[in-house]
Amino acid sequence: MQDPPSAAELVRAVAAFLRDEALPALEGRTAYLARVSANTLEIVARELESAPAADAAERARLLALLGRDATDRASLLELNAELCRRIEMGDIDADTPGLLAHLWSTTLAALAVDQPGYSGYRRALDEAPPERLLPPGP
Amino acid sequence: MVDIEALAGIVRDFEPSVEGIEGLRRLTGGASQETWSFDVLRRDAPALGLVLRRTPGGAAAADSRKVSLLDEARLLGLAARAGVPVPEVLAVLPPGGALGDGYLMSRVEGETIPRRILREPRFARARAGLARQCGEILARLHAIPREEVPALRVAPAAIELEDYVRRHRSYGWPKPVFELAVRWLRERAPAGETQPVLVHGDFRSGNLMIDENGVAAVLDWELAHLGDPMEDLGWICVNSWRFGEDHNPVGGFGRREDLFAGYEAAGGMRVDPERVRYWQVLGTLKWGVMCAGMLAVFRSGEDRSVERAAIGRRASEAAIDLLRLMAGRD
Repeated sequence: MQDPPSAAELVRAVAAFLRDEALPALEGRTAYLARVSANTLEIVARELESAPAADAAERARLLALLGRDATDRASLLELNAELCRRIEMGDIDADTPGLLAHLWSTTLAALAVDQPGYSGYRRALDEAPPERLLPPGP
Repeated sequence: MVDIEALAGIVRDFEPSVEGIEGLRRLTGGASQETWSFDVLRRDAPALGLVLRRTPGGAAAADSRKVSLLDEARLLGLAARAGVPVPEVLAVLPPGGALGDGYLMSRVEGETIPRRILREPRFARARAGLARQCGEILARLHAIPREEVPALRVAPAAIELEDYVRRHRSYGWPKPVFELAVRWLRERAPAGETQPVLVHGDFRSGNLMIDENGVAAVLDWELAHLGDPMEDLGWICVNSWRFGEDHNPVGGFGRREDLFAGYEAAGGMRVDPERVRYWQVLGTLKWGVMCAGMLAVFRSGEDRSVERAAIGRRASEAAIDLLRLMAGRD
């Protein structure tokens, strides 16, 4: 176990320096990239804090969706790759119980890290996961 | 760097009173294409603002989806004659010259930064008419006779979709929402392909130069191709181009009804809103794949900027928009 401060705290300290002290002293493209850098470090800090719980929840949902044992050791990447293959084959689709709720939760968890201010995310936070998709047209 | 003497020589052909060139600065550019802005000092006349677009080594565009700069110059000429506001092409660079391949155009004054256009009071009047004006501009663009258009990529919906499916797969990163969207789009391919027309391919906030009166110029023609005219109408409705003003589906500034009314009033085909919505979903998938593609460019070493790296994380915004769109929310 590392001593405090936590990795997230360290990263947030650097982000604050970039935004509050470096940025006002810069201009043009360098200022723009300093802002992007601060935003990027904030993504890292949020991920450090939320990833363990978010990954565990995603993993549990994937194992259930794919009909695998809860003790399965496959990586998240492998599980996602299998889900993709089965969606592509049509073996799992929007009518498969749990799929839409899983994708909804996984996507919201990603946005909570990547872009918590994104308009589509703010809207989705107030909505229930979709129960079905629009049927094919007339 | 740009060879100033060679540049002055090109300018002198159409502007004999040139006395010097100053303020040369690079606006954008990846490894292969560059855009430069500069001012031409003239005898007895105010300075003239120009823009140079070029591939320094005369190299062909690295991405086969992109229009060559010579074709881009031709398209700007065609668009201008059709009544689409565009910068005026003033010179095409001689092949094999010191500056590479490319062209010079007038520098149109205005604002391209979407957040300013969408929020600053000085653009309030422009914003009010913008959706309709975009419809009118697209109708004029789509009416350009195909026989006048250079031989560009032909990409109706199915080809465009499969092209992006291939690109997505090539990145090797599993994205279940994108897989679901691919199936959704394949099952709903629009019936009765229309005759392919010249489409801009990237008609959205950020690529429109706006002044107090509205659209001053349509920029960034490198993704132009022959396709379904509804593609351009759907693309400008993609949520990422609303820049937070998501209650205004057209670019964050207007209503679909006004976009469609402007399109039909200026001679465009009857708009099928469902077909536009299909293109909006496909456009959202394309944006998500493009974000992932930025990561590939970063990892290849071609562009190691933090900006390029960070855009990879925007694929999740396309994912939530896809889920909401496929469920009929928007």
